[in-house]
Amino acid sequence: MKSFKKIIRTTAGIVAATTLLAAVTAPAMAEYPERPITLIVPWGAGGGTDATGRIIGSLLQKELGKPVNVVNRTGGGGVVGHSAIANAKPDGYTIGVATVETGMMHWAGLTDLTYEKYTPIALYNTDPAGVIVRADSEWKDAGEVINAAKASPGKHKASGTGQGGIWHLALAGMLNKSGLEQSAVPWVPSKGSAGGLQELVAEGVDVVTCSIVEASGLLSAGKVKAIGVMSSERLAAFPDVPTLQEVGGPEWEMASWRGIVAPAGLPKAETDVLSAAMNKVWHSDDFKKFMDGRGFGMTYKAGDDFKSWMKKSDESLGVVMKAVGLAK
Amino acid sequence: MDAFIGGLSLIFDPYVLMVMVGAAAFGLVVGSIPGLTATMATALLIPVTFFMDPVPAIAAIVTTVATAIFAGDIPGALLRIPGTPASAAYCDEAFAMTRKGKAQLALGVGLTTSIIGGLIGAVVLMMATSALAEFAFKFSSYEYFWLACLGLSSAVVVSSGSTLKGFVSLLIGLFIATIGIDLISGHPRFTFGSTEMLSGVSFIPAMIGMFAISEVLRFVAAKNNSRPKVPVQSLTNLFKGVGGVLFKYKFNVFRGSSIGAVTGVLPGAGADIAAWVSYGVSKRTSKEKEKYGTGHVEGLVDAGSANNAGLAGAWVPALVFGIPGDSVTAIAIGVLYMKGMNPGPMIFQENPQLLNAVFIAFFVANLLLLPLGYLAIRLSSQLLKIPSRMLMPAILIFCLVGSFAITNSVFGVVIMLAMGVLAYIMEENGFPIAPTILGIVLGAMLEEMFLSSMIKADGELLAFFSRPISATLGVLTILIWLIPLIKMLRKKVAKPQLQ
Repeated sequence: MKSFKKIIRTTAGIVAATTLLAAVTAPAMAEYPERPITLIVPWGAGGGTDATGRIIGSLLQKELGKPVNVVNRTGGGGVVGHSAIANAKPDGYTIGVATVETGMMHWAGLTDLTYEKYTPIALYNTDPAGVIVRADSEWKDAGEVINAAKASPGKHKASGTGQGGIWHLALAGMLNKSGLEQSAVPWVPSKGSAGGLQELVAEGVDVVTCSIVEASGLLSAGKVKAIGVMSSERLAAFPDVPTLQEVGGPEWEMASWRGIVAPAGLPKAETDVLSAAMNKVWHSDDFKKFMDGRGFGMTYKAGDDFKSWMKKSDESLGVVMKAVGLAK
Repeated sequence: MDAFIGGLSLIFDPYVLMVMVGAAAFGLVVGSIPGLTATMATALLIPVTFFMDPVPAIAAIVTTVATAIFAGDIPGALLRIPGTPASAAYCDEAFAMTRKGKAQLALGVGLTTSIIGGLIGAVVLMMATSALAEFAFKFSSYEYFWLACLGLSSAVVVSSGSTLKGFVSLLIGLFIATIGIDLISGHPRFTFGSTEMLSGVSFIPAMIGMFAISEVLRFVAAKNNSRPKVPVQSLTNLFKGVGGVLFKYKFNVFRGSSIGAVTGVLPGAGADIAAWVSYGVSKRTSKEKEKYGTGHVEGLVDAGSANNAGLAGAWVPALVFGIPGDSVTAIAIGVLYMKGMNPGPMIFQENPQLLNAVFIAFFVANLLLLPLGYLAIRLSSQLLKIPSRMLMPAILIFCLVGSFAITNSVFGVVIMLAMGVLAYIMEENGFPIAPTILGIVLGAMLEEMFLSSMIKADGELLAFFSRPISATLGVLTILIWLIPLIKMLRKKVAKPQLQ
């Protein structure tokens, strides 16, 4: 009997101690993050998304005081990595970089995933599409390109990325909004913007749509010129390049974008911590220096603003992809 | 000039130099162990370079290969087993010298000619790439289509052994290249509904499997794994008599290096073929033909400088066109893409400093070879004693980690193992694996360039001959295709005369 009492007493003691301990550690538990965070990059090491993801990872680590490990999950045109972020446990320990392809993959029938599967943290970069031609081209602005396409449909060819890639859609939308058929300027698929620009310089195609930054090497070498940008305002880095509307072109905007997201259903506490940290990271000198150095366009939209940005991007991509016949 | 100084400062960074010394030691060990090739050394290096900046990553590859190719001479001279295929051409010759008690001279000549050849190759690389870069800007999809054809064809024609088997091997590679999303139409092919398969057979795990796993399998399958005894000879005074040999055959050094560099530039022909060609030329033109094969140093001078010069040559098409000159640069192209440095003429505009850093890395790597190569020869008897049963498991672990690291998924490991088994079966049956590798690398390019040309030309096939460079390349390619036919016709014509 004595021993039974002893057991009861011991158990009670343990329970009490545990409760006490729990009470003490409870606030500590709420101190997110308490272990390393994984940052998934859905594109390969070395690319632009990887570079920006890695700098954000290292700056977030400084803000949050816990390691932020960047993991590249590549493949399937971004499907693999984007799904890995969406399917992770929404506990704040798996976040990732979402890119413009979030709004393209589901229209193309590659996945069911949409922006709604994410908790938006912050949009940190946008790069509007530019209109690039050879330096010796007679075209001086995007309006002239559209007029040339109207005058002789099918004669001039364009390139800049693979079939159905973001820069293909940029051209497709521009033609669509100008009331032109897609066959007016046939698309020559290429391996990324570099392949398209090589074709342009080699006189294989007549116009390339890609972000102006991607052409900056050839721009400074005097081999190509940028004659238009598909955004509502001129870019700070390229103030001489007019927007489409300025030269009588259609009201059409297209930009690639990158932002930090978490799986849908992330609790408010974790969301707030991450949002505050991202806010600091984006406004830091280190980040600005890196982005300016590489020529990435800096845009910041947090929380719901980011969500409505993704929604708008998703819808306008859907319209173009249907018009081009790339939507399933 | 600014770019050159920028390149200098990139290489002469304590971290980069440290990486290069480490890579040199690694290359010497791998190269001097028979069965482990320079390509395999590169493949094993990828997981390590994965976490480096572009400059140390590329410098590590350059250094490892340069040292491994030289180190292949060591077991060649001492055991009559070439450490890498690039030493096979003159392995008998070097061993004959050892039997005459001249191992010291054979290795000393091997080391010095390797260094000179490597340096000359680096100069050729620097000149040729800058000269070709401006020219390469004129290349559109038509020209690239022919270049890809040329690369694939010479892989078959040049590859050792039967042309038919080389061709079958190439077709296997081309088939593998069709797996995944097709760039032109955006349609998935041979993916069987798997998301992982959408991006196709990832090239680097495939390479690791084909070059490293196949060797592990071969070790497991082999019955007799005992190592031959290393002959005991003094190797302390390596450079004795080397000066005299080099002076006597100074023309051979220059000729070997030139042949090596030019052979290296040809897609599909690497250091090993450079050594064979150069040894052959040396023998044919020598005044003392009868001495070849009996331990005569002349052929060693030619071929020893040729294989190291060939290494640098192979980087010319790799950097300018993104077409690998040999299997090492095939891997290097993968690493360049991974680091966001897409090969092609654009690299000269966008990354001139980085490019110069690659050139300087070649010079530094060859200079590092002098002290480290000397050390390796001194330690060679120890190196050759490392038992395979310890080595092979270590290689297997490297392979597993490496292929996982590329995509962070088990899928890379599956590809690596499957390709390893495929390569083992192929090699056991006399099929060369180099054409398969080229098929995987160039297959996608071939198809993409053909289809995009067709879109541009509205389906007009003659467009492939409509531009001057494209027409020249096209005629050249068709001529190469005719070589086997001409050979066959000759045999047919010759036969009736015999009867």
